[in-house]
Amino acid sequence: MITVPTDRRDLTFLHDVIEEAPGSERIVHCLQCGSCGGSCPNGPDMDYTPRALFALINAGQRDKVLSANTMWCCVSCYACTVRCPQQIPITDIMYALKRISLREGLAKGTDAPALARTFTGLLDRYGRSFEFGLASRYYLLNKPLAILRMGPLGLSMLTKGRMSLVPTRIRQLAQLQAIISKARELGGAA
Amino acid sequence: MKCAYYPGCSLESSSAAYDVSVREVADMLRIELLEIDDWNCCGATEYFSQDELTAAAVVARNLALVDPELDQLVAPCAACYLNLKKTDHLMAENPKLGEKVNQALAAGGLHHRPGRIRVRHLLDVIHTDVGEAAVRDKVVRPLSGVRVAPYYGCQVVRPFTDFDNPEYPMKLDELFTWLGAEVVDYPAKAYCCGGHMTQISESQAFELIRRLLQCAASRNADLIACMCPMCQLNLDAYQGQVNSHFRSDFRLPIVFFTQLVGVAFGIEAKRLGFGKEIVPAETVIRDRLGLPELSSVPQT
Amino acid sequence: MAERVGIYVCHCGSNIAGTVDVEDVVRWAGENIEDVAVSRDYKFMCSSLGQQIIEEDIKTQGLSRVVVAACSPLLHEKTFRRACASAGLNPYLFQMANIREQVSWVTADKAAATQKAKLSVVAAAQRSKHQQPLQPSHVSVNPATLVVGGGIAGIQATLELADAGYHVYLVEREPSIGGHMAQFDKTFPTLDCSACILTPKMSEVGQHEHVTLLTYSELEEVSGSVGNFKVKVRKRARHVKEDACNGCGVCSQKCPKKLIDDAFEAGFGQRKAIYTPFPQAVPRTPVIDTDACVWFQRQKCRVCEKLCPAGAIDFEQQDQIVELEVGNIILATGWKFFDCTKLPQYGYRRLPNVYTAMEFERMCNAAGPTGGKIVLRDGKTEPESVAIIHCVGSRDSQHHSYCSNVCCMAALKFGHLVLEKTHADVYSFYIDLRTSHKDYEEFYQRLLGEGMHFVRGKVAEVTNADRMPLETGKLVVQAEDTLLGKQRRVPVDMVILMGALEPQADATEVGRTCGIACGAAGWFTERHPKLDPVATMTDGIFVAGVCQGPKDIPASVAQGAAAAARVAGMIAKGTVTIEPITASVDEEKCSGCRICNALCPYSAIEFDEEKTVSRVNLALCKGCGTCVAACPAGAITGAHFTDDQILAEIEGALWDARPSGNEHPAAPALVQCTVDSG
Repeated sequence: MITVPTDRRDLTFLHDVIEEAPGSERIVHCLQCGSCGGSCPNGPDMDYTPRALFALINAGQRDKVLSANTMWCCVSCYACTVRCPQQIPITDIMYALKRISLREGLAKGTDAPALARTFTGLLDRYGRSFEFGLASRYYLLNKPLAILRMGPLGLSMLTKGRMSLVPTRIRQLAQLQAIISKARELGGAA
Repeated sequence: MKCAYYPGCSLESSSAAYDVSVREVADMLRIELLEIDDWNCCGATEYFSQDELTAAAVVARNLALVDPELDQLVAPCAACYLNLKKTDHLMAENPKLGEKVNQALAAGGLHHRPGRIRVRHLLDVIHTDVGEAAVRDKVVRPLSGVRVAPYYGCQVVRPFTDFDNPEYPMKLDELFTWLGAEVVDYPAKAYCCGGHMTQISESQAFELIRRLLQCAASRNADLIACMCPMCQLNLDAYQGQVNSHFRSDFRLPIVFFTQLVGVAFGIEAKRLGFGKEIVPAETVIRDRLGLPELSSVPQT
Repeated sequence: MAERVGIYVCHCGSNIAGTVDVEDVVRWAGENIEDVAVSRDYKFMCSSLGQQIIEEDIKTQGLSRVVVAACSPLLHEKTFRRACASAGLNPYLFQMANIREQVSWVTADKAAATQKAKLSVVAAAQRSKHQQPLQPSHVSVNPATLVVGGGIAGIQATLELADAGYHVYLVEREPSIGGHMAQFDKTFPTLDCSACILTPKMSEVGQHEHVTLLTYSELEEVSGSVGNFKVKVRKRARHVKEDACNGCGVCSQKCPKKLIDDAFEAGFGQRKAIYTPFPQAVPRTPVIDTDACVWFQRQKCRVCEKLCPAGAIDFEQQDQIVELEVGNIILATGWKFFDCTKLPQYGYRRLPNVYTAMEFERMCNAAGPTGGKIVLRDGKTEPESVAIIHCVGSRDSQHHSYCSNVCCMAALKFGHLVLEKTHADVYSFYIDLRTSHKDYEEFYQRLLGEGMHFVRGKVAEVTNADRMPLETGKLVVQAEDTLLGKQRRVPVDMVILMGALEPQADATEVGRTCGIACGAAGWFTERHPKLDPVATMTDGIFVAGVCQGPKDIPASVAQGAAAAARVAGMIAKGTVTIEPITASVDEEKCSGCRICNALCPYSAIEFDEEKTVSRVNLALCKGCGTCVAACPAGAITGAHFTDDQILAEIEGALWDARPSGNEHPAAPALVQCTVDSG
């Protein structure tokens, strides 16, 4: 027999989200209208639409939220944000949930974190993005079989001069790296 | 007019065509673009997904490097444009975060005062500052007969709505009218191309791309004009894979809007980066204009 | 001669006595305050026994001032003033000290509360000694009333007053009365034909002996105050002589200039340059729209004049300014419809078969542009599916935060009409269904039974960007079905937008003309949202209907009647009492600088050009004290709030801070006791 646990409203998770993304205190105003879920280009592929996620946040369902694929499906198109009748900064909240989810190691079933880490790793190292490096490293480590499919595309990009085999470095890399270190030291959102 | 210029990583590599055509067009319109010295990558969507403060600091370095004499910054890439604007806003609206960003910048001997610089997209500068009369004046080869689907993508028109309507923008449509082109009514004009989804989940990404291609094709567009490197890459470079996946037969050239502006201004095709696109564009344009080749037209 | 002050401290059960040591306050007041003749406490001063004590003391102890320390004056100042008056003491020689809301209810510290209560009492007592007897004034009430706005609320108010025998001037901006209700097809939940229930009332108004109807007219100026307003109304030139015209309609029939009717036909249908807005118009007299008329624009035509059998056309006619004198004004100016192009994602004006609710009303109306047929823009194709979108511009912080109250019911009504007249499927896309009044929920159940489909999800967009053959040529409505948690795309032929109700574009100006304010959302501000929804802060100005906030027809009618009842009551009484708490200018001291004129929030100060002094209109003055404080010459006095009174009150409150050696040992009060309740 499945028993329904008696629960009282736990606001801890909501407060964590608010701390990570100032402006997200608007979540308590969510009318559950569904404009966001209705606008989202990837909405049909999400476990929970943004609206459903806000209901879960308001209900304190931390684990369900942080292990959902919703934020990893977000393409930052901001359609939800401009339409929300309660002016909830939805896309910014998706970013916040990505960050919390990564910190707590709860992101699952998606290669998006790996792509993100590979990308920023290269940025930290060169000051610029390096598409060839990004593609080769990311595919090798995460989707080796996809290389077969991506190979021809990569080749045509190379021959058309749209991709370099060699990374570009900025001159004052040390300066950038000092800024990055300091930012990491100061840690987290304000 | 003088503006600081932030090309962004894509314009140096995958979207070199955008960079060269931007420079040519800006030159014609007497917009002096002064590239920020030693700018760094804006981090796209990837840095903000991990660490907001560091992401903001990385972007802010570029804002801090803008020449103190200049107060406008042009970024043709939509993601860079969004990041630069977003970071500036974040620092202004959240003073605690702004303070920390400046502390991080100080470690590199830099500082940025939020609000000092106006971040703008090139289309905004052309439409608003240069204006219809000046643009029409420069047209020596009207694009009559070329059916263009103007594709805005998402990040230039959202969430910052100070430039064009976020739901149904019209400024690119208008620009093409000034160039004499036949503008296709393209209701998918502000839909998302999927951004980096092509790397993460092909099935999702390909459907987003397919919708955009199908909407343009069904309305008999000759080509789609973009204002973002990611959009161009997705619609162009992945068009083949989309065709395999859906057994469709799209053959739509995807160009940057500045390339078409350049053609109308009489600049020759090879100076506008034509030939770099995977689905060839030049032939389509030439045929529509009834020309044997797209060479320079002397400016009288 | 010294005053004789009576001090009464109320227990208010345990509300005050539970925290304040009432007996101590009584004893202290009697021993320390000068001129106190009586100092008592009682369980409930506001009770009839409590009041009796005061009345008897006034008579037997010869009290010349009374102080009651109890609850807030907002509750019982009137009560105690009345008690004083009935014992023969001028009510303005009474002062109340609040030792409940301001003392016992804000602290649990008994010592502090008792101390503050003492200070409140002595402050009131000292003040009262400087108070003077004052007499309220009375103004007569002109029995005529002005009603602005001829929609259903205005019509109701007009008929109630006119039937009671009082004259009403009804001013209406459009060529005919009737308002938005005249545009509707059916009304919810009864599905009565709107015109059928409205037109009898319109006729009555048009023919009533006690009504002067001024249509195609604008309110220009209002001056004066309650009971005696002077009003200027601009009667715009119709260019048709009202007494000559017999309403035959030949002029409209033959007029060569057709244009889109943005008003009555909501942009869906057309009218001529000379027109009556609809067949049942009251009055029947047409109007020439000079912006469209070929003669006024290009000096050609004049066909109407040639063909009019009654010779009623008059191109030379001028606007007329009509001056009226009325006792009260009822504003029933209604609303306008939201501009749906502000939400481009719904495609209004871009995608042909997207309609506003007002356009759809005209479509369903048998006298409308399609003869009552529900068809697409081509004028002939019947839709196979219709989507109705709720909350377009309402419940949206980017447009209007409020709920427009009537759209859910109107959407259900539309659903019913589509199901009745066509074979189409109907979808309602809603956030919440608001069907809260009498028979409304049952109406919803009726529609559920009739097969209307309901999707709980605010529509994200309406698009023609078809993704698959099933969507080609259709309007695709995309929304999250929140009850299923899934995004849906529903291809339909027709979309109806339930746009918000908005205040009229000039609501703020009309409010300013009458001296009333609009709230943040733009609706007129009522005196009290719960207890006084038809009165305003300006005596003599009332509001009724949607101009006070979105509401349905029954509520508009009720408010129209309520406003009329208030006015009728004032007319029956014949006079209005003006509280004597007003400002007055000492003309000897006044230098004529006029600083006070502009500062008065009630526009109550006039300037006498001859004597170059300012003068307060006692009927308008609310005694706020702004001018008193602002006058650089100190020439203005605020009755019942003089400098002496206020300074005495302050000194009383600072009793504890007086330098020692200055205490006046008061003669102990003759009577100091606690009175038993039983």
